[in-house]
Amino acid sequence: MVDLVRGGKRAVRAVRRDTAWLAVVRGLVVLLALALPARAQLELDVTRGNIQPVPIAIPAFLSLAGNPQLGPAIAEVVTSDLQRSGLFLPLDPSAFVERSASADAVPNFANWRLANAQALVIGGVEQLADGRLRTEFRLWDVFGGDQVAGQQFFTSPENWRRVAHIIADAIYERLTGERGYFDTRIVFVDESGPKDNRTKRLAIMDQDGANIRYLTGGSDLVLTPRFSPSTQEITYMSYDGGTPRVYLLNIESGQRELVGDFPGMTFAPRFSPDGQQVIMSLQQDGNANIYTMDLRTRRTTRLTDDAAIDTSPSYSPDGSKIVFESDRGGSQQLYVMEANGANPQRITFGEGTYSTPVWSPRGDYIAFTRRRAGQFGIGLIRPDGSGERMLTEGFHNEGPTWAPNGRVLMFFRDTPGGNGGPQLWTIDVSGYNEFRVPTPGFASDPAWSPLIN
Amino acid sequence: MPQVSRLGRMALIVGVALVLAACSGQKNLTGADLSITGAAATPGSPQDFVVTVGDRVFFQTDSVEFTPQAVSTLNRQVQWLNQYPRYTFVIEGHADERGTREYNIALGARRATAVRDYLVARGIAANRMRTISYGKERPVAVCNDISCWSQNRRAVIVLNNAGV
Repeated sequence: MVDLVRGGKRAVRAVRRDTAWLAVVRGLVVLLALALPARAQLELDVTRGNIQPVPIAIPAFLSLAGNPQLGPAIAEVVTSDLQRSGLFLPLDPSAFVERSASADAVPNFANWRLANAQALVIGGVEQLADGRLRTEFRLWDVFGGDQVAGQQFFTSPENWRRVAHIIADAIYERLTGERGYFDTRIVFVDESGPKDNRTKRLAIMDQDGANIRYLTGGSDLVLTPRFSPSTQEITYMSYDGGTPRVYLLNIESGQRELVGDFPGMTFAPRFSPDGQQVIMSLQQDGNANIYTMDLRTRRTTRLTDDAAIDTSPSYSPDGSKIVFESDRGGSQQLYVMEANGANPQRITFGEGTYSTPVWSPRGDYIAFTRRRAGQFGIGLIRPDGSGERMLTEGFHNEGPTWAPNGRVLMFFRDTPGGNGGPQLWTIDVSGYNEFRVPTPGFASDPAWSPLIN
Repeated sequence: MPQVSRLGRMALIVGVALVLAACSGQKNLTGADLSITGAAATPGSPQDFVVTVGDRVFFQTDSVEFTPQAVSTLNRQVQWLNQYPRYTFVIEGHADERGTREYNIALGARRATAVRDYLVARGIAANRMRTISYGKERPVAVCNDISCWSQNRRAVIVLNNAGV
């Protein structure tokens, strides 16, 4: 019940804050009037290293009224989300013996045990007389024989994918105890044209690659977009006007704004966790130093001051510290300092160079790009410099970004030669479940949005 | 890119194309840092600068130090730019693709700055020049080989057409 109540509260916020994009209204499914035991045998301990994925049956949602394709399509999106998380093993629907006629009926659990399902999702979708789409689902514990989650959603029909992602999040959250990350978006750089004269455009899409939309036209070189915590704004670098600088872009209105009035090139921007500061590098002659600009007062503050390249700053989730890369010691290494620039401490000492640090939203790890012996890999290290480990290595992997729950990373992987180009990949923090994220063309510099709700 | 069309017209005189052709995918051949004789460019023209003087210097990995070859190119550039003071120009700093994006932007700026400082120290007016870094965004050679990466680690002087 706690989960259901929480879902209801989030629905209110979603409507208030996110109406400009799209609104999905959550409601509580009326629980069946059966005295089912409230035991939850179905729990997934994601803190263990090697996770046995939960076998889950997700039959096509019942298309109760309206477009009959919608029920299967919603189940497909839910299945794909859960499968790519690596924590679930969606079962082959051809093994399902039971065909539910109603989304409200209690399943025959014996049938689902035969299919080896531990969890079962039964859902339905219908178009209402007022044009809205009503989608409902129930998550069943096959062995415990009880319902462990259930919700319904009202929205306009074009938001059906988003509803599917929200359902996948609800299932993920209920069974892992972690926040989901499927109802999120990715901003990235779309690349086209020859390698020595690429056209680069900012683009935004759902985390699974659907609903792509281009935010810039390609006439100016654009790099390194990053989300604000509010998800409605991004900060990025553009070569528009001759001097490369950091800008803000409102995703909804398309309104663009220069960040600060600096006497030179600014780059490597990121928001602070409260969204009130942009932290970035300012190039001054041969050196790059780290500055912040307060978006309300427009005041700029210099945080580093040395004859080195200090760049790629990223705040800790509580805003108290900043990790960045610097070649002040002779090669690129990672440093952690206080948010006011005090007390920088080097945290990487391994062979090779370390760059593009990004602090996990959970605070426990910093992800980075490491170059060693001609290979580029994505790795993790604890903020105190301990526990370094690599997740993936190869010709060129660069630029990690965290899913909002801190369990999955996205990065770009480039391939060599004139016809090569970058594509987006995800991998989880255990180093497993590496998947390519579909994009229409080459893609680089991904940045994961916060949770949309 | 005006540079490409200029170079296209000079195809006959730039024999080094054959040497560099080993690196596939390369489009933007120049005579920089290669000894070329017999170039028929008009003295004082942008072609003259590219072919006779050399419009670019190259760097070692992660480095902004000038090699002896780079120094001789820079000295020719100083002499030419002093001789033809009507030109203003942009110094582009570039990095190869074997680095991360943001660091490479700073590294390219460092390379452009190093060239600017060299020119200014030898009497070229600072107000004739401007620097810009392209990081690893504009490679000229796109093969997956050291021969290409070393051509991409460069600082290029691009003359403004106003000089003509």
